[in-house]
Amino acid sequence: MNQLHLAAIDYVIIATYFVFVLGIGFLLRRYTQSSTDFFLSGRSIPAWVAGLAFLSANLGAQEVIGMAASGAKYGIATSHFYWIGAIPAMAFVGVFMMPFYYGSRARSVPEYLRLRFDEKTRGLNAISFAVMTVFSSGISMYAMGLLLTALLGWSFNFSVIVSAVIVLAYILLGGLTSAIYNEVLQFFLIVAGLLPLVFLGLQDVGGWGGLTQRLTLTATQHGFAAGAWTDSWRHMGDPSANPMGVEWFGLAMGLGFVLSFGYWTTDFLVVQRAMAAESMSAARRTPLIAAFPKMLFPALVILPGMIAIALTTGGGRTGFALPKLADGSYNYDMSIPMMLGHYFPPGLLGLGLTALMASFMSGMAGNVTAFNTVWTYDIYQAYLRRDASDRHLVWVGRMATVVGVALSIATAYATTRFNNIMDMLQLVFAFVNAPLFATFLLGMFWKRTTGHGAFTGLLAGTVAAAIHHGITLPALAHAGIKGGWLGAVVHRYPSEMAQNFWTAIFAWTTCMVVTILVSLATRPRADDELRGLVYSLTERPRTEGLPWYKHPGGLAAIVLVMTVVLNVVFF
Amino acid sequence: MRVDIRTPIGALFVVIGVMLVVYGMLADHAIYTKSLGLNVNLWWGLVLLAFGAVFVFFGARREPTSATDVDRDAR
Repeated sequence: MNQLHLAAIDYVIIATYFVFVLGIGFLLRRYTQSSTDFFLSGRSIPAWVAGLAFLSANLGAQEVIGMAASGAKYGIATSHFYWIGAIPAMAFVGVFMMPFYYGSRARSVPEYLRLRFDEKTRGLNAISFAVMTVFSSGISMYAMGLLLTALLGWSFNFSVIVSAVIVLAYILLGGLTSAIYNEVLQFFLIVAGLLPLVFLGLQDVGGWGGLTQRLTLTATQHGFAAGAWTDSWRHMGDPSANPMGVEWFGLAMGLGFVLSFGYWTTDFLVVQRAMAAESMSAARRTPLIAAFPKMLFPALVILPGMIAIALTTGGGRTGFALPKLADGSYNYDMSIPMMLGHYFPPGLLGLGLTALMASFMSGMAGNVTAFNTVWTYDIYQAYLRRDASDRHLVWVGRMATVVGVALSIATAYATTRFNNIMDMLQLVFAFVNAPLFATFLLGMFWKRTTGHGAFTGLLAGTVAAAIHHGITLPALAHAGIKGGWLGAVVHRYPSEMAQNFWTAIFAWTTCMVVTILVSLATRPRADDELRGLVYSLTERPRTEGLPWYKHPGGLAAIVLVMTVVLNVVFF
Repeated sequence: MRVDIRTPIGALFVVIGVMLVVYGMLADHAIYTKSLGLNVNLWWGLVLLAFGAVFVFFGARREPTSATDVDRDAR
């Protein structure tokens, strides 16, 4: 593949970005004294800042690159990750769950689990979360290193180390505040870098009409109905009728209800941003404010992938085409990077690459700040040194930042197996996150749930996920990392994605059932101990007197109506 | 909020905007065959510059923090 040559102006723009992110770190340094400052931003972040950081922390390189890849591979159905996945979950966490997260004054999601349940449930969640975070961060780093190597001819080591060192530096300096502020900056840069790409791509493909016309060709060439790439729901009746290979029930339950709720409502990476908000009402608004840009993001990250595959099959004025891998399939992950190189002249190219690096850094910083907090509060302070002074905790947090980054780098070098990075992340989330949502749902809304119930339910759910994955396989795959590693293959799914969704469904259901059964057999905690932690024993946060645009329920209703409209328009 | 984040964001966009605009006015037009003949540096640079200026303006206005009394009560 042709490598890009950067002009001096491109390097200047990239360098300017580096100066600003580090500058923000330095600016915030003197405000970062106590552990509350370092890990929770002193609970002083305004809602709109927390909201954009909430969005941006999730917007890592694997999200931008992976969503465009899926857009090319599956078409507009990829937007289900947003429109039945993320958005309803974000509305739910803002309206129903934030009162417990923020109101309990827990400093992390695992700490909430200790308050609500017991020590062992917290320990299990803290450790699995810490491992998962480092893993995600490593994948993100790997994606970025690979990309810069292929695109610019930079060495993999150089790309990974430089980005990691910058993220490390600004988190060490300003802690969570520095990460959050930079995430907001990165959010705007990502938009600024990708918008002109979508504009030029659409121009080249002949607008929406030219795009759908070419995607019809893509669909028929793959043996699907004409609209398979441009309708999000119409072909979900049968897994063999759409390129994702899933049917509506697995999609709605697996992706929508279990995986997305599991991620957006319990993953400390995002919840931490809301916990840092300046008030209860700001914390509740955080995910709702994030939902507005989030629902429009398919236009920014999925559309470029659709344009890329449309131009590849249907041809455009400028002869853009996706590169092929050694096995003859298209290299979908290169959709956005290839388009940047194809359409952006020197100058704008620097901005486009800055956007990619910004997305990588925001994702990594999100992981690292979540990791250092969970490590310090939920592992170090909980099990290693209970009487640690506040100063000592900040020091431990800084050390954890260094170790977390080092572990991510190690993971990056170990990540080379899957073609589509997103599928792999979904798999990890299915094992760890899917059962978790059942635990939180029961914990927050059924006061009878006990610590023993939650703990055994979580374990059972994760084991169920592993067993299910171990005895099923996607079509055409061989036993191994894709599943079937327990020997007997009981069921073959039409696609890897379908298998992931159903793994999640089984894990969630198992956790739900086991938690209920064990809870009924064990002794519940007294009502007094559960005030502020369970729905039926907690006073509703006051919202009367808030103007409508600050009212969580009202905002959630607007968000949901808009999402329904989007689903209908692109049905 | 002790440091208004709008100020550094606005400043970065002003700086990048100015760079793109100046480069767009000076560079040989031949580089824009890639971008379908559009001088995207100039146009997008102007957009970013305007965006940055708005952020710098609001960042400098030092509005009272968004946590109103109602917010505090609602805790």
